[in-house]
Amino acid sequence: MGEVSTAGSGAGSGVGARVRRKEDDRLLRGRGRFVGDIALVGMKELAFVRSPVAHATITGIEIPEEHRGAVFTWADLAAGGVKPIRAVSGLPGFKVSEQPALADGKVRFVGEPVAVCVAATRAEAEDIAASVFVDYAELPVNSDMLEAVTPGAPKVHDHWPDNVFLETNVGGNIAEIAATAPVKVSRTIRTARQCMVPLEGKGVVAHWDRHVEQLVLTTSTQMPHIVRAGLSECLDLDQGLIRVVAPDVGGGFGWKGLLQPEEIVAAWIAMRLDRPVRWTEDRREHLVAAANAREHHYEITAYADARGRLLGIEADAWVDAGAYSVYPFSACLEAAQVGSILPGPYDFAHYRCRTFSVCTNKPPIVPYRGVARTGVCFAMEQMIDAVADAVGREPWQVRLENLVPPEKMPFDNVTRKHFDSGDYPESVRRAVAAIELEGWRARQKAGEPDGRLIGVGFATYCEQSAHGTAVYHGWGIPMVPGHEQAQARITPDGGLELRVGVQSHGQSMETTFAQVAHEVLGIPLEKIKLVHGDTGLTPYSTGTWGSRSMVMAGGAVATACRTLAERLRKIGAHLMQAGPDGAVLEGGSVKAGAAAVTIREIAHTWYRAPQLLPADVDRGGLEVTAGYKPGSDHGTFSYATHAVAVAVDPEIGQVEILDYVVVEDAGTMVNPMVVDGQIYGGVAQGVGTALYERMPYDAEGQPLASTFADYLIPGFTEVPHVRIIHMLTPSPYTEFGVKGIGEGGAIAPPAAICNAINDALKPLGVIVTNAPMTPEVILSAIAGKRGAA
Amino acid sequence: MKAVDFDYAQPATLDAALELLSREDVMVRPVAGSQSLGPMLNLRLAQPELLVDITRIAELRTIRREGDRLVIGACVTHARLEDGDYPDVTRGVLPSVAAVIAYRAVRNRGTIGGSLAHADPAADWVNVLTALGADVVIAGTGGRRSVPMTDFILGVFETALQPGEIVAEIHVPALSDRARWGYYKVCRKTGEFSHATGAVLIDPARGVQRCVAGATSGKPVVIDGPALFAGGCTEAAMAAHLAGSPAADDPIALRTHTVALKRAIAQVMS
Ligand SMILES: Cc1cc2nc3c(=O)[nH]c(=O)nc-3n(C[C@H](O)[C@H](O)[C@H](O)COP(=O)(O)OP(=O)(O)OC[C@H]3O[C@@H](n4cnc5c(N)ncnc54)[C@H](O)[C@@H]3O)c2cc1C
Repeated sequence: MGEVSTAGSGAGSGVGARVRRKEDDRLLRGRGRFVGDIALVGMKELAFVRSPVAHATITGIEIPEEHRGAVFTWADLAAGGVKPIRAVSGLPGFKVSEQPALADGKVRFVGEPVAVCVAATRAEAEDIAASVFVDYAELPVNSDMLEAVTPGAPKVHDHWPDNVFLETNVGGNIAEIAATAPVKVSRTIRTARQCMVPLEGKGVVAHWDRHVEQLVLTTSTQMPHIVRAGLSECLDLDQGLIRVVAPDVGGGFGWKGLLQPEEIVAAWIAMRLDRPVRWTEDRREHLVAAANAREHHYEITAYADARGRLLGIEADAWVDAGAYSVYPFSACLEAAQVGSILPGPYDFAHYRCRTFSVCTNKPPIVPYRGVARTGVCFAMEQMIDAVADAVGREPWQVRLENLVPPEKMPFDNVTRKHFDSGDYPESVRRAVAAIELEGWRARQKAGEPDGRLIGVGFATYCEQSAHGTAVYHGWGIPMVPGHEQAQARITPDGGLELRVGVQSHGQSMETTFAQVAHEVLGIPLEKIKLVHGDTGLTPYSTGTWGSRSMVMAGGAVATACRTLAERLRKIGAHLMQAGPDGAVLEGGSVKAGAAAVTIREIAHTWYRAPQLLPADVDRGGLEVTAGYKPGSDHGTFSYATHAVAVAVDPEIGQVEILDYVVVEDAGTMVNPMVVDGQIYGGVAQGVGTALYERMPYDAEGQPLASTFADYLIPGFTEVPHVRIIHMLTPSPYTEFGVKGIGEGGAIAPPAAICNAINDALKPLGVIVTNAPMTPEVILSAIAGKRGAA
Repeated sequence: MKAVDFDYAQPATLDAALELLSREDVMVRPVAGSQSLGPMLNLRLAQPELLVDITRIAELRTIRREGDRLVIGACVTHARLEDGDYPDVTRGVLPSVAAVIAYRAVRNRGTIGGSLAHADPAADWVNVLTALGADVVIAGTGGRRSVPMTDFILGVFETALQPGEIVAEIHVPALSDRARWGYYKVCRKTGEFSHATGAVLIDPARGVQRCVAGATSGKPVVIDGPALFAGGCTEAAMAAHLAGSPAADDPIALRTHTVALKRAIAQVMS
């Protein structure tokens, strides 16, 4: 994969340089240290007894005599003072769920942990789990969100009046437009429930460290500080008694952005048995018990004028939030976000959207790379194409008609989202040129010798990232990001240690934060060390989510380094007996005229020859903790247009991607290679959402896939060669003008591919509106038409 | 998940293996490449007490020409059949089909005998060897017997193997010079199992005109004779041939099976 990247000189190693990743030497040689690599003396392994049914009362748990003491249930945890997970949203009307780490008399989804078994090996722990007999009195099941909201549906939480965590209503001024708009198109659109399938599953090792009298939880997480906060609440243990460490983490995508019941259980068992214990999620557990992202349903109508200019959008949206509210993001983030971001990058005036976070007998939903945006983009971009079809114009022309133009930036849209910068229409124009639309149109006309149908599709989105205090305060969930902190410390030999509370799990932060620091201080990358993902060693942070780490923690690193730079400059000037005003820090040295003193020499002076320091030296020395927030709590808006050409085989319903172009604007790129990598990975996942990934459930709430034989993800032969074209509009609100881009690649592919498929199917007069667009979906659409004809 | 505790034996001779496999005091199971059994062990769908690894038995790993047949040992891997270090009597069927089984890592270990014994209706050898008219030689402590493919595969994961027996050899008849074959399978992605398989063989010198529809959630459906070749491969015709199989009642499955076979036929007609 990979081709042109227009940005990044490749020169130097500061901001903008395409330098190789520092972490690769370790990771690519298989020398990383993941939870699965940890060996502690006397460590035991855990296996969970999980519910085989979606909804039931537990009427008994029988533990064979010989395994007493090796099996624990909620009764044990509750007696030990453990509290259920409560992830409450402050949004009015939110209904609270309580999720005990092990089922408390009732199970609400297949895979819910019921008991935990401890043994020397995982296989033996599974043997014990197989011997535990749980009596389930089955209850009626909510397996589909639309049925769950009908009157008389069985209730997931008995004391609730219905199965809706939260309903939101946004906008409303739509009636008049609805009555008068020349063009009106409606669609029913759906995205499937997905698993996130990081390469490394979830895993956790817990032990009590006698030396410091702390519970140490080494866990595969994106947010160690938040896990600590949640653990403290559930275990009723002071935060000072808990240290959460993230070792190497092999991908997260959101699945590792929450407090998990298994973490609570492992922590409690380690304390109870006074022994290290480990749980590693296996692939089957992941597929069954962690099928938890993306499931949206839309009833949506677009109103437009005869040119295709949007007049309004009206929608009802349902999100299947599963059985419980997850800590810290809650059960309603996804649906509530739908209401606020459905308008996409477009400028129109009238909007109404109702959303429902529906509670069902499925695993809790978790924000997955792109969060609600992938579904929203899928819905909105289909509407743009539908409008284009209705008015007889090319879809890209209708996009140009409606996108916020550059002269209106910064721009507040219909839901008060503050778009910071960029030229959205230009991304479309470049995508049209790069995909060579004219050529495909000609080929379409000529027809393919093998009978396949060619289609081209576009999708444009903008992605809010690095959401700030005001935005999260608005959600009222357990986590609100404030000023992000970074610590920068010059070592006695003139190197630099950076400490940040975010956690790199594939984002290349060991390299990119070093580049930021290098840009400010000039210290070579190899002498810069990043310490991250450890509550014992780093400042508090809400962690890595929302494409925020470079904007927030990168900004904090730059801020801390600037303060250090000033202190270095003053000491350096003193050592050269120059006035502070004439001295500059440049290329790792403080210079005054022809004289120069290196950071190494200054560090030596501070640590080992302090007698040489000026009398008025800053007593903080060569160590700084600095906080940072961008100029706007709305964060940054990166954006992109994806263009894709496909060939659809109408006889067997298969789709081949022939070309894929991404034109995107990440603002200033700290490392263009890393940005490209994030986009490639995101597009691969987006192709999965578009064409392959679906966790099917039957009416009893049974997940019908439990291995990769049934849950298909794209492999290297299915992921297209992606051509990336960068636009560079710096954000006015951030350090260096960077924008968050970690998620963007995964947002647009389902929409672009759907539009391409529908373009291809046009001669047959059918459309598909549900993801994934499997052969079955495509053939059913075609068969429906044949049947009707 | 992890497999249950089991014992493991790796006998060097067929007799030793058959001896172990005939034990009645333990739950015993042969294992070859472990590409199908391995996942079943790890999911605890299979819980044997003793695994008998038959891949070290030299005679099960040979390929030899015997008159007008090619005799392939059960433990010959897909990779070896793909690489072709043997007198291919099938005008390219064996290497070409081997090359599209899963991907190389699976082919390096998976065996032709294991594939037949496992009897997944979507497996490549199950359908292709049926089209080729191969025979399966089964060995047990009581001796050997030869069974044509059409009698060997009895249904989904069902074969003519009796307890204690293994597949020892596969006998593939040599095709004549003018034989033509076609093969098409519909897979969601590379390395995935087929949803519909078409395998066809025309060998005028031997009087063969055969179509096989595979991956039908039953044993391979064999349709002999010229009808389908002469433009007769329609959904209506296929509905009749597949009658009784779930594929016949599902319009999309029926269509897909028809297309798979039609495309395999097109390869021999062009
Ligand atoms: C990811 C993946 C993709 C795959 N894709 C395909 C594909 O596209 N097409 C395809 O055809 N196959 C595919 N397979 C299956 C593969 O071809 C296996 O090699 C084959 O199914 C089994 O062969 P094996 O030697 O591994 O048998 P094993 O897994 O060792 O055994 C399978 C079964 O057969 C029994 N057995 C093995 N050998 C004998 C014998 N000689 N006599 C009697 N019983 C025996 C075992 O007891 C067991 O029950 C795939 C497998 C994987 C893991």
